Amino acid sequence: MTSKAFQRTYTQLEAITKATTSLKAQGVSNDELATVAGRLAQVVKIKGDTVTLQVFSGTEGIPTNAEVEFFGEPPALNVSDELAGRFFNAYGDPIDNGPAIEGERRYIGGPSVNPYKRKQPSQLIPTGIAGIDLNNTLVSGQKIPFFADPDQPYNQVMAQVALRADVDKIILGGMGLSNDDYLYFKQAFESAGALNKIISFVNTTDQPPVERLLIPDMALTAAEYFAVDKNEKVLVLLTDMTLYADALSIVSNRMDQIPSKDSMPGSLYSDLAKIYEKAVQLPDGGSITIIAVTTLNEGDITHAIPDNTGYITEGQLFLRQDTDTGKVIIDPFRSLSRLKQLVIGKQTREDHNQVMNTAVRLYADASNAKTKLENGFDLSDYDLRCLDYAKEYSTRLLAIDVNISINEMLDTAWELFGKYFTKPETGIKEALIEKYWKDNK
Amino acid sequence: MKSTGVVTGIIANLVTVEVTGHVSQNEICYIDLDGTKLMAEVIKVTGKNAFVQVYESTRGLKKGHTVEFEGHMLEVMLGPGLLSSSYDGLQNNLETMEGVFLKRGEYTSPLDHDKKWEFTPVAAVGDKVTAAEWLGEVKEGWLPHKIMVPFSFKGEYTVKSITAKGEYKIDETMAVLVDTAGEEHIVTMVQKWPVKVAIGGFVEKPRPYKIMETGVRCIDTFNPIAEGGTGFIPGPFGCGKTVLQHAIAKQGDAEVIVMAACGERANEVVEIFTEFPELVDPHTGRKLMERTTIICNTSNMPVAAREASVYTAMTICEYYRAMGLKALLLADSTSRWAQALREMSNRLEELPGADAFPVDLSAIISNFYARAGIVKLKNGQTGSVTVIGTVSPAGGNLKEPVTESTKKAARCFYGLAQIRADKKRYPAVDPIDSYSKYLEYDEIIDYLRERVDKDWVEKVNRAKNIVRKGKEVSEQINILGDDGVPISYHEQFWKSELIDFIILQQDAFDKIDSLTSIDRQEYMLTLVLRVCDAQFQFESFEDCNKLYKELINIMKQMNYSEFKSEQFNKYLEQLNKILSNDK
Repeated sequence: MTSKAFQRTYTQLEAITKATTSLKAQGVSNDELATVAGRLAQVVKIKGDTVTLQVFSGTEGIPTNAEVEFFGEPPALNVSDELAGRFFNAYGDPIDNGPAIEGERRYIGGPSVNPYKRKQPSQLIPTGIAGIDLNNTLVSGQKIPFFADPDQPYNQVMAQVALRADVDKIILGGMGLSNDDYLYFKQAFESAGALNKIISFVNTTDQPPVERLLIPDMALTAAEYFAVDKNEKVLVLLTDMTLYADALSIVSNRMDQIPSKDSMPGSLYSDLAKIYEKAVQLPDGGSITIIAVTTLNEGDITHAIPDNTGYITEGQLFLRQDTDTGKVIIDPFRSLSRLKQLVIGKQTREDHNQVMNTAVRLYADASNAKTKLENGFDLSDYDLRCLDYAKEYSTRLLAIDVNISINEMLDTAWELFGKYFTKPETGIKEALIEKYWKDNK
Repeated sequence: MKSTGVVTGIIANLVTVEVTGHVSQNEICYIDLDGTKLMAEVIKVTGKNAFVQVYESTRGLKKGHTVEFEGHMLEVMLGPGLLSSSYDGLQNNLETMEGVFLKRGEYTSPLDHDKKWEFTPVAAVGDKVTAAEWLGEVKEGWLPHKIMVPFSFKGEYTVKSITAKGEYKIDETMAVLVDTAGEEHIVTMVQKWPVKVAIGGFVEKPRPYKIMETGVRCIDTFNPIAEGGTGFIPGPFGCGKTVLQHAIAKQGDAEVIVMAACGERANEVVEIFTEFPELVDPHTGRKLMERTTIICNTSNMPVAAREASVYTAMTICEYYRAMGLKALLLADSTSRWAQALREMSNRLEELPGADAFPVDLSAIISNFYARAGIVKLKNGQTGSVTVIGTVSPAGGNLKEPVTESTKKAARCFYGLAQIRADKKRYPAVDPIDSYSKYLEYDEIIDYLRERVDKDWVEKVNRAKNIVRKGKEVSEQINILGDDGVPISYHEQFWKSELIDFIILQQDAFDKIDSLTSIDRQEYMLTLVLRVCDAQFQFESFEDCNKLYKELINIMKQMNYSEFKSEQFNKYLEQLNKILSNDK
C-alpha cells in the first residue's frame, strides 16, 4: 500500500499490547491506516485524543518512541486490468517481482449490493465432478464452502474446480496457506496455462496471522472490479476461512472483548457474512461466486466457525474418505447446494432431479445395509445389491477424481440402476423410466 | 431547539457523543461525516456523554464531527403504500435507491408522496373520536386501508371537517379534529409511530380463540397456531427453516404479511422479490406481493439496523391490525437479531449473560412476542397479529439462550430435527418434540370442533400417539432386529410411518401437495386413521412392510392429486380395495 503525501507523524506511544498500540493524535479517522515503526496498522478505536491502532504484524520489538505515520485513508487496492495474472500479499503489494499496479484506488471492504438490485442466480457452473454437478450443482452468484478435515486434499479439489469452471476470472484469497500449498496453486495455475485469468492474494503460514484479516476484502475488491465494472463472471476461492476466523478471535481477545461460543468473537456471524454476502449475481451479467474452505476439527460441525458458516453460505460440500473404495468422495448425505433447484432440470436434462434423488436414496439404503451387516443381522438380496451398487456409485460418480459431463453422469447413474435394481425399486416416474432405462442385466 | 453534540470516541459502530442540551434514551441523531449524515440511536447516557449505535459504517468518522439530535425515537411512516414495498430495517425504500450498491447516508421515503389514492370518508362532522378510530378509507390494492385518528392522539376529539370522497395524495388533509381544549389538529393519510412502542388503541386483547390456517399439515393438523398467536421454528442450518417460512408466507390465511428478513442471506430475499410478484395468493387469487411487505436487512447490512428491522415489521403489522385486518409477521431469523443485541452489549462493556448475550435478552424477546395478539377494536371488529419467528441455534443445540428465551415467550414450538432433514423428511418438524399450547385452550378446542370435526382434537391426539409409539417400537426393532420382535411391532412402526409420510411430510415444491385446505386435512387424517384401524393378517414382517409401503404409495399419490378429482378417487378406490381385504 503506497502512502500519501501530507502525513502526520507522531513519536510517543502511550500503551503497547501484543497486537495494539495507543497514542495521542489529532484528526484521525476511524478505520484509517498508519504505520508504526514501519509496520502497517489500522485505527480500531478512538477515545478522546487517544487512538488505538491494531498492528497487523504484531508489536514485537516496537519501542515507545516508535514513529507513527497516519495515511488518512482506509486500506485500499489499485484496481485495473493489470491485476490479472499477478500475485499479491495481504496489503495488495506484488510478491511476484512485477511492477506495482496502476489503476483506480478503491477502499477495500466497501458497501453491500442493494438486495433489491440483485438478480436471482441462474447460471450453472459445471466442474466435471459428479459429487458436485450431479448432487450439489453450483450456480453463479452462490457462496459455498468445502467442509474438510485438515488432512484432506481440499486445496487440490478447489484448484481443480476453479480450473474447470467456465469463468472469466479466478481470484485466490489464501489465508495461512502453507508455502507448499501456495506453490502448488501457483504451479497448478501455470501448468493449466490459465495464469492470465488468475489473481492471487496470499498470506502464508510464516506471515503474521492478523494480516490475514485483509485477504478476503482485498480479493473481493478485485472481484467487484471485474464483476461490476467489467461485467465478468468471477470465481473467488478463499482458503482457509477457519484460519481467518482464528485471526479474528486473536484480535478480539487482545482488545479485551468478551468471547462467545468457542472463544470466537460475538460478531463472528456478521464478520463472516460480510465476506460471503459479496457473492452476487449482478443485473448487468457480472457475478461473484465464492468457493471457500472451512477446515473442521475431526468433522465437528457444531463448532462456532462451521456452524456460523453453515447459516450464511448456500450449502456446503463435505469431503470424506470412503473406506470401502479408498477414494475421497463428496459426501452425498451431508453436502448440500441450496441453489441447485434453480438450475437442475432447467439447464440440465429433465431426469436430473429424479436420478439425483434416487441415486442418493439407494446409497442410503446401502449404508443401512452396512449397519445391519456390522450389527450381525442377515442381509437380504436387496441389501447385497445395494452394497455392490454403493461401491460402484462411489467410484464412478462420487469420487473427486471424476471428470465427465453432466449427461454422462446421468447416463452412468441409469446404467447403475439397470445393473443392480428393478424399475419399481428405483421409484422413478414412469415417463422417465421409459425414456432412459438401461437394461444391462 | 434540537440538541447537538460532537463525536469524542469511536469503536466500530458505537460512538460516544458529548452533548449540549438534553437527550433521551433511544433518541435518533444524525452524525455529520463531512456532508454524509449517518443515522444513529442513543443507547446509553452517562453525564454529558451519549453512547449512540450508528446504523451505518463508521469508516472515516473523526473526533469532532458534529451531531444533531432529532428529539424522537426511531419511527416508521404509516400510510397507504406499505404493501408490496421492500424496505431495509429502517424503512428506507430499497426500490427507489439509486445505484447497485447501498450508499451510506442515503435515506429514501417509505411512501410515495405523489401517488393519489381514492379516499372515502367514514366519519362525519361532529363525531366524537379517539386514537385509532377510523375516519375514512382508501383502497390499497384490494384492501380497505383505514385512515385513522393518529395513535399518538390522547383523549377525545371532535371531527370538525372531513374531506369529501375523491383522489388525494397522502400528505393532504383528510380531516381536521378539535381536542377538548378547542385546539385544531390536521390528520393526513400518514402518521408516524416509534417502532419500539406497541400500538394500542384497542379495547381488549382476549385469548386467541381460532386457528390460523397455513395449509401446512404438520402445523394445522398436528400443532395449529392460533390467529393472534405466537410460534417459533428453531432448527440447525439445512433443515428447511426458510422453506417452511416461505410456505407459510405463500399460503397463510392472512390479509397482510410482513416478512422480516433479519440478518439472513440476500439470495433468499431475492427469491421473494422474484417469485412473489408472480405467485398467486390462494385465498384471493391476487398476486402474493399485493399483500406482502418485505423488511430486508440481510446479514451484510449494518448490524444495528438489523435490530430495528424486527420492530419495524411488528409496527407495520400492528398498524394493519388496527384496521381490523389479519396480519402475519414472519421473522427470519430472530437469532440474528439477538446477535445484534449481543454485539452492542459487548461494545458497551456490559456484564454478559449466558453465551455473552445481554442479561435482559429473555425480557426483550418476551416483550416482542407479547405484541402479537387478536384484539377487539373500539368499533367491535377484530384484528390480529400472528407472529412466527425462526431461531438459528448455535450448533443446532436447543439449549442456548435465544431458543430458551423464545420458548418462554412463544406458544407454539416447531422444532426442526436434523435427523428428519437428513432423511429428506420435509418439513423436518419433529412430530414428538413440537407442540402447540393452543390445543389446550378450551376456546380453540371448541373452535376446532365447530370448524373441522367434532372429534378433531381426539383424532389428532390419537395420531400423535401412534407416531410416539412408532418411535418406541422402531428403537426396539433396531436393537432386537427385524426377526427379534413380534410382527405387531412392525405393524405399529408402519402405522407411524404412514402418518409420517401422508400427514407430516409435504412437498413444498409441489403445486397441489404444498397447500392442503383444512377440509382436506380433516379428510386425510380421518382416512389415515381408518387405515390404521384396519386389521391385517401377516405371515411375516416382510409382508407387513410390503403392504404398508403400498398403502403409503397410494395415499401419497392422493396427496399429489387434486382433492376429490377423478385421479384422487381412482387411488381412493385402490386403497379401499386393499382395506376390504383386511382381517
